[in-house]
Amino acid sequence: MNKTSYENLTRGIFKENPIFVMLLGMCPTLGVTTTALNGMGMGLATLFVLLMSNCAISAVKHIIPEKIRIPCFILIAATFVTVADLLISAYFSTLHATLGIFIPLIVVNCLILGRAEAFASKNTVFQSALDAIGMGIGFTLALTLLGLIRETLGNGSAFGWKFVSEDAETMMMFIMPPGAFLALAGLIIIINQIRKDKK
Amino acid sequence: MKKTTSLSKMVIVLCGLSICSALLLGMVYELTKEPIKKAKENKELEAIKEVVYQEFYNNPYAEKHKIFLGRKKGYVDLFPARDKNGKITSVAIKTYSNNGFGGRIELMVGFLVDGTINKYKVIEQKETPGLGTKITEKKFSHQFQGMHPERQIFKVKQDGGDVDAITAATISSRAVIDAIERGYKAYKKLSTGKSDE
Repeated sequence: MNKTSYENLTRGIFKENPIFVMLLGMCPTLGVTTTALNGMGMGLATLFVLLMSNCAISAVKHIIPEKIRIPCFILIAATFVTVADLLISAYFSTLHATLGIFIPLIVVNCLILGRAEAFASKNTVFQSALDAIGMGIGFTLALTLLGLIRETLGNGSAFGWKFVSEDAETMMMFIMPPGAFLALAGLIIIINQIRKDKK
Repeated sequence: MKKTTSLSKMVIVLCGLSICSALLLGMVYELTKEPIKKAKENKELEAIKEVVYQEFYNNPYAEKHKIFLGRKKGYVDLFPARDKNGKITSVAIKTYSNNGFGGRIELMVGFLVDGTINKYKVIEQKETPGLGTKITEKKFSHQFQGMHPERQIFKVKQDGGDVDAITAATISSRAVIDAIERGYKAYKKLSTGKSDE
């Protein structure tokens, strides 16, 4: 694998992580990360949609007139989101029940449109796929991490496994929306510090 | 050179893309139709198994019975569980409440023949994680076992009843009671023979 391909693949994971660095797609990030598994499910669903839409968009980029590129991108993304929605409800019905409305909302995730506009519409199918995989993994890792922190503090469990007793008092706030902001802010502080030290 | 695109080209491209996506969606829809239906059925059957009084020897799903509650109120589903001799030992009723904190809650409630609650299982809910979702936990649901909606005051303690509500999730607790009561009323309506099916 040559250097640009490698760069395209790994960029999304840490250096340009969609959540911690670019701050894209905040709605599902804050909304569904109540548990680590929810975050992971949401991340993987987004990874799927991102990969498919990036490939499709880079494949048809030459025939799309510039004036109507945004509707075209949205149409393609919406198609794959619906596909993902149907597949998840068919084969992972419990996950579908918890993610609920957030799956259709992947359409309006800025990450999808952002990568389509900034990358897929200018690069080959292969490079776009690498970019999508990298970004998707970065997104999934970030959501899982955020979910894990909120689940641990707010519910006393990790990946559904409870390590405190049923009656124990936990920091309920972290399960609720304000906790999402706090946990995200905390993570961004740490990531920024690491990035600064690296420079 | 600046590229200008004619209106007709834009129309053709967008139409073409729409047709492609419609075809793809149609295909995926057909493919997933059966598994989605099955997954839903399985979920309900699992729930029935959990809430009925003892093991059943029939297929409650095949004996599904709709009870209409009124034109605007919709209906609930009743699944009878029979013992070896075909006698009904308990029934599972799929009931709902629209008063949940996050909207509609669907429950499968098991009733003994006299209307005593056995157990319930939450099929669908969108309550606040960590608070309202406690309605799915044993700690809350256990208290309903053996209760009878008419013999006890079937309300949360805050409303002067006998049910311990979940701390910070009174609305969700009320919704569960509402759903169970709806199921009970439907069952009573059926068992007293006033079914207008």
